[in-house]
Amino acid sequence: MIFESLAEKLQNTFKKLRGHGRLSAEDVNAAMRDIRMALLEADVNFKVVKSFVAKIKERAIGANILESLTPAQAVIKIVNEELTELMGGTVSRINIAANPPTIIMMVGLQGAGKTTSVGKLGTMLKKQGKHPLFVAADVYRPAAVKQLQVIGKQLDIPVFSMAEGSNPVTIAEKSLEHAHSHANDVVIIDTAGRLHINEELMQELKFIKDNVHPHEILLVVDAMTGQDAVNVAESFNADLGLDGVVLTKMDGDARGGAALSVKAVTGCPIKFVGTGEKLDALEPFYPDRMASRILDMGDVLSLIEKA
Amino acid sequence: MGFFNKLKSSLTKTRKSFTEKIEQLVIGYADINEECLDELEEILISADVGVHTTMKLMDDVRAGIKKKEINSPQDLQPFLIKRIGEILSTGEDKACIAQTGPTVLLVIGVNGVGKTTTIGKLAKYYKNKNKSVILAAADTFRAAAIDQLQIWGNRANADVIAHTEGADPAAVVFDALKAAISRKADILIIDTAGRLHTKANLMDELNKIYRVIKREIPDAPHETLLILDATTGQNAIHQAELFTKAAPISGVILTKLDGTAKGGVVIGIKEQLAMPVKWIGVGEGEDDLQPFDAEDFATALFEK
Ligand SMILES: Nc1nc2c(ncn2[C@@H]2O[C@H](COP(=O)(O)OP(=O)(O)OP(=O)(O)O)[C@@H](O)[C@H]2O)c(=O)[nH]1
Ligand SMILES: Nc1nc2c(ncn2[C@@H]2O[C@H](COP(=O)(O)OP(=O)(O)OP(=O)(O)O)[C@@H](O)[C@H]2O)c(=O)[nH]1
Ligand SMILES: [Mg+2]
Ligand SMILES: [Mg+2]
Repeated sequence: MIFESLAEKLQNTFKKLRGHGRLSAEDVNAAMRDIRMALLEADVNFKVVKSFVAKIKERAIGANILESLTPAQAVIKIVNEELTELMGGTVSRINIAANPPTIIMMVGLQGAGKTTSVGKLGTMLKKQGKHPLFVAADVYRPAAVKQLQVIGKQLDIPVFSMAEGSNPVTIAEKSLEHAHSHANDVVIIDTAGRLHINEELMQELKFIKDNVHPHEILLVVDAMTGQDAVNVAESFNADLGLDGVVLTKMDGDARGGAALSVKAVTGCPIKFVGTGEKLDALEPFYPDRMASRILDMGDVLSLIEKA
Repeated sequence: MGFFNKLKSSLTKTRKSFTEKIEQLVIGYADINEECLDELEEILISADVGVHTTMKLMDDVRAGIKKKEINSPQDLQPFLIKRIGEILSTGEDKACIAQTGPTVLLVIGVNGVGKTTTIGKLAKYYKNKNKSVILAAADTFRAAAIDQLQIWGNRANADVIAHTEGADPAAVVFDALKAAISRKADILIIDTAGRLHTKANLMDELNKIYRVIKREIPDAPHETLLILDATTGQNAIHQAELFTKAAPISGVILTKLDGTAKGGVVIGIKEQLAMPVKWIGVGEGEDDLQPFDAEDFATALFEK
């Protein structure tokens, strides 16, 4: 199946119209429909799309169209600027505590990529000269502890775990004592995947938070997530107060509208993206790249920048 | 920041149940007008039905209005439930079972969707029907994937054929086929590593597994099951398109429907690719697997 890129769609839309110099409200409406469709196809939440398109429309009506640009390009430029701005600046840093250890807690839905991301952050921080400790606080998923242990072994990073049947809150607490006595300056807590509507398990996360006071709570979100991303992000943020997002599985061909949805409802930055299963496949998040990925714009943008 | 706040408050409203929304639609509009249809469109989009299939369904609705099958907003929901039920149940489901020898199920999908867990549930299901079940640990890549499958094997009391981490998955599958034949097992379920459909080398690896199965048992795999996470958006359609090239898919299992995601994306898959949905996963426990019912699913799409 061939998806027409937004740029082509907009070009076709404007071809049918006459608007020159200034865009009329009518021209803009036709273009807004294209933009709306493109964002929905990219899995941006429909409510987010609605507010966003309204904002674009405001800017586009009566906008001055530079001689060198076609109306389509002018609109894309506006969309891209707004999208990039909405996605926020580049923040790919972890809040480092004044008094070590820095405590990081990973949360999210089942299978999002939390445990793998613990390994990736460990790799990154170790390279920066830190001495991380991994904490196996997922006591539910079969072989979750073993999974973290295998990852820890690969990276030569110690893993704190307790006997089967231990409580995740206790595990998290005790891990801090371990970190103090073993001079670990970063503690990364792997938690079990859970649904945002599971009150009991969300309460467990709150208990962990209240007992260990993490400096950084990161929500791990699968880039392939659809319309539900907003509900998930909103719930986790309301219960825990998130400091950042890790967007995983970006090595695929998902357009990643979830990124925009999550950013829009939580307001908190997407700090890293996961780009593979290997433990070094973690990159900083670039809002402008994400914007053109969501809009499937490829080279169009660089052309416009030059114009 | 005004943007975020406005959005937040509008989202709280949409979190109200969709049934409620449909009811409001019915109350809010005496007649069907464009605004009313727009709202309906939003309900479909918000369930991940996707732009393409939503437009198709909306065309159906408009045609229904012309033909006087839909006369008032009240008629919209039943019309759509019926229509979606039809899309989902066409061509349904010949459960394939081997005439002689083991029935082989190959389980595939992208990372983290619930393959291994679903295999545990299926093992339990067949065990409960007094079938002998063998599991093949052909995910040799992911950390502790073998241990995870072994725990599920223990729970279901099914044997697990495994090599060590890093071994050739096709070799594991070969051994498992031999074991299933010699032990006269009824069912062999093969767990594979999660892989993104865009990675050519991993798709080749999957195709090799598929060919090994075919070579040993020509009418196998009797089922090739694509696992899809209900939380997934429009990417699921690409997943189905590309996986079926490496190993022709006989059915889809939709997991994690116990969340709030409605898995509307399977409507698109069904409509565009005509693959039957066989099971749904509704939790992490061994009994959290249900046969798929098209009409129930269509109804649930409009509920919270
Ligand atoms: N391709 C790709 N796969 C990833 C990425 N991050 C994680 N994965 C894979 O996704 C699957 C799930 O990853 P986990 O780290 O186990 O996810 P989790 O959130 O800890 O899962 P639960 O603990 O079961 O909730 C594994 O197969 C990982 O290898 C990524 O960035 N790209
Ligand atoms: N809530 C819920 N969680 C599920 C369901 N099915 C699986 N899970 C959870 O999803 C996570 C991933 O499941 P796995 O079975 O490991 O997924 P997988 O596809 O084998 O993952 P990889 O082998 O890493 O690709 C685990 O935490 C499971 O407990 C379901 O139906 N509902
Ligand atoms: Mg995990
Ligand atoms: Mg697995």
